[in-house]
Amino acid sequence: MLAQVTTFAIDGVDPRQVWLEVDIRAGLPAFTIVGLGDTAVRESRDRIRSAVLNSRFRFPDRRITANLAPASLRKAGPGFDAGLALGLLAASDQLPAASLEGCAVFGELSLGGELRDSPGALAVAEGARRAGCTRLIVPRQRAREAALVEGLEIIAVSTLREAASVLAGAPAPPLPRAEVEPAPAESAPDLADVRGHEVPLLALQIAAAGGHNLLMEGAPGTGKTMLARRLPSILPPLSREEAIEVTRIHSVAGLHARGLIQTRPFRAPHHSISAAGLAGGASPPRPGEATLANHGVLFLDELSEFGRPALEALRQPLEDGEVSIVRGQRSLSFPTRFMLVAATNPCPCGFAGVEDRCTCGEADLRRHRRRLSGPLLDRLDLLVDVRRPADAELRGPSHVSSAQVGERVAVARERQRARLQGTGAGCNGDMDARAARHTAALDGEAEAELARAYTEGLLSARGRLRVVRVARTIADLAGSERIGRPDLLLALSLRQRLAQEGAGVG
Amino acid sequence: MSARVCPDCARRAWLLERLAGHLEPVRERIAELLELDDRALVAAVGGEHRSAIEDELERQEVSELEDRAERAGVEIVCRCDSAYPVALRDLPSPPSVLHVTGSLERLTALLEEPSVAIVGSRRPSSYGLETTRRIAGELARAGLTVVSGMALGTDAAAHTGVLDALGATVAVLPGGADVAYPARHRRLLARIRERGVAVSELGPGVMPRRWMFPARNRIIAALADLTVLVQGRERSGALLTAEWAARLGRGTGAVPGQVAGPLSAAPHRLLREGATLIASAQDVLDAVYGVGAVLVPRRRTARLEPSLTALLEAIADGEEGQAAFARAGLVGESGMAALARLELDGLVRRGPGGRYLAR
Repeated sequence: MLAQVTTFAIDGVDPRQVWLEVDIRAGLPAFTIVGLGDTAVRESRDRIRSAVLNSRFRFPDRRITANLAPASLRKAGPGFDAGLALGLLAASDQLPAASLEGCAVFGELSLGGELRDSPGALAVAEGARRAGCTRLIVPRQRAREAALVEGLEIIAVSTLREAASVLAGAPAPPLPRAEVEPAPAESAPDLADVRGHEVPLLALQIAAAGGHNLLMEGAPGTGKTMLARRLPSILPPLSREEAIEVTRIHSVAGLHARGLIQTRPFRAPHHSISAAGLAGGASPPRPGEATLANHGVLFLDELSEFGRPALEALRQPLEDGEVSIVRGQRSLSFPTRFMLVAATNPCPCGFAGVEDRCTCGEADLRRHRRRLSGPLLDRLDLLVDVRRPADAELRGPSHVSSAQVGERVAVARERQRARLQGTGAGCNGDMDARAARHTAALDGEAEAELARAYTEGLLSARGRLRVVRVARTIADLAGSERIGRPDLLLALSLRQRLAQEGAGVG
Repeated sequence: MSARVCPDCARRAWLLERLAGHLEPVRERIAELLELDDRALVAAVGGEHRSAIEDELERQEVSELEDRAERAGVEIVCRCDSAYPVALRDLPSPPSVLHVTGSLERLTALLEEPSVAIVGSRRPSSYGLETTRRIAGELARAGLTVVSGMALGTDAAAHTGVLDALGATVAVLPGGADVAYPARHRRLLARIRERGVAVSELGPGVMPRRWMFPARNRIIAALADLTVLVQGRERSGALLTAEWAARLGRGTGAVPGQVAGPLSAAPHRLLREGATLIASAQDVLDAVYGVGAVLVPRRRTARLEPSLTALLEAIADGEEGQAAFARAGLVGESGMAALARLELDGLVRRGPGGRYLAR
């Protein structure tokens, strides 16, 4: 007899529908699974056998064939266990076959017949809703996560037996109550903790308001990482769609326990990371740090220490907001809309510009600059020098709180949205040269200063566009329609320096 | 383009290039060898080619040397000519022909002012670079001529400091006066020639060999009234320049460094031997003109707003960030905008680590 169960495989970070077919025929007792599964899928035979028997069901002593369709899709992981087991029960008449219609199943089995936690429940729930299923059976631990998807009945069970009895008509157990989440504002790092750092705080605010990627330069221990960690706290809160996307990605990556993620992600990979680790890859393809930082902040500390291939791999994610990975005949894409914050020492020893502590020669400085140069720098609109705060500043009061800055940022973002409609850019940091020409008007004085900076050789052509983008954001924060002279001057002071500047002799 | 060369000097100039390869293995003794007359020099290093070289030497014509210089756009002057820099005559072996790019007239004018050589390590620290640059710039503003060798590091910083202060400088090159060495300094050489000059003992197009560097150092020392050494290791080539200066009766000075730093070895040795301690351009002026006779000129800041003037002064005093802003009554936003204005006006520039430095 034949039974069919719907489930979902995780393809990258997206769900793909998979039909589990279980067929039982007369013949020598055997259990085979076909359909391009990995080792975990092949081993599920033994888990299912024990789970079925330990749940006091009968394991048919006949020839059992299970197929995972479509056969062309590579399937990985133990998430098919529960579906296969329920299919087997239906095929052997221990469960009414009709009860499985319109119902998706997801979960790993233990030998004792419990449904185990497995990553990706939210993605599966989204897939189930899109495929038109009405009910979804998930492990109890994942119920809250799956329940974030509306328009789908979530059946949260802890054992195979429980799942079978619900399908047979018993009432579904109530969903576990939402755990009380800690108020995120209290635990998250806040700008109110920062003492001194007046200029870096300003740069952080501009970066958040315009979606500009930011480079921080400063000696070790001056607070670059501390500042970067506080960027998510001033970005606008995640919208519900963004929150679900973030939760789904983190759930697939197995990073997230329960509930909806409300705070913007902050990812700070170590500089030894590979290109695949940063942009996504491996086989089967897994999301990289760029995708885990989607809708949040990707922080690269010690930028000059990152391998060149890894940094090169960040180009497409930065340009397109997604990364496509080709494996075999198929191409997958991961979303990568993050803000990039990078930090670096000003020179190899880290102390350039700090009294006379720097011991680097001119050649060392040149090499350091060269390591930093390249396509990535083109995407960094802002450069701010982070210096050790003076003692008096450390003992003084803080300047602002995240809530205050967050409000200004939200207002500035709203202005941009209204102005940039139809240009394809969501914020000033995304503006290309055309969008900048049409929407970033400079007043006469600002225009003159910009021209002067350009002819004096302080700016490259691309640097000029970056300065205009930043100046536009500064004007947005000030609430002005045109970019004025002070806006432009401030943007100029936060520009990227040319390779020869600050590196000794030109 | 003027060419003022007598046949004897032309032959000597030819000989030096002809023997360039022969001098390489004996470069330890280059100073004494250069003092020998033509025949003795050929005899000393000519080896088996002696007679051939002597024959060739007899056949050399002035016109050939002149044509070559003309084609390369290099002016030449020999030591018998009145336009030849007087200072070089103090050398036991003054270059027979001096090759000049820029212009000979300009060289004469530049050498009428007191001149200071600034030399030092090819791999200075950023402290060395900044000090060199600052002192060179201030000396240029005070009207002195800065002489150096356009090598990597200190030399280049000295030239750059002068050029950034819109001054003129003399570069003494090891190879031909039209050959940028190191090649990385091609742009620097072009900038030097815009207002200043590059000079050399060797003919146009000659690539530097190792013996030419100590030979070049003697010319730097002779051209300058005072030789200042900034940084150098124990066996720094810059010490040779300072030794020549002392031998020629010129002044020597040294910029002190960190007590234990390896780059302090050379300057501290000079100081121990009696060199003048140089901590600022004023120290140089005191050494050249007598204490207090000439002061480092103040910057022109008259047309700036008071807050910008205050900020500029704070930066010139070495303050930075909020401390500098506070002195000018500015805060982060207005302070950064003010710095950008000063930078656009060319009054400050970004140094190592992005630090703002007064020009």
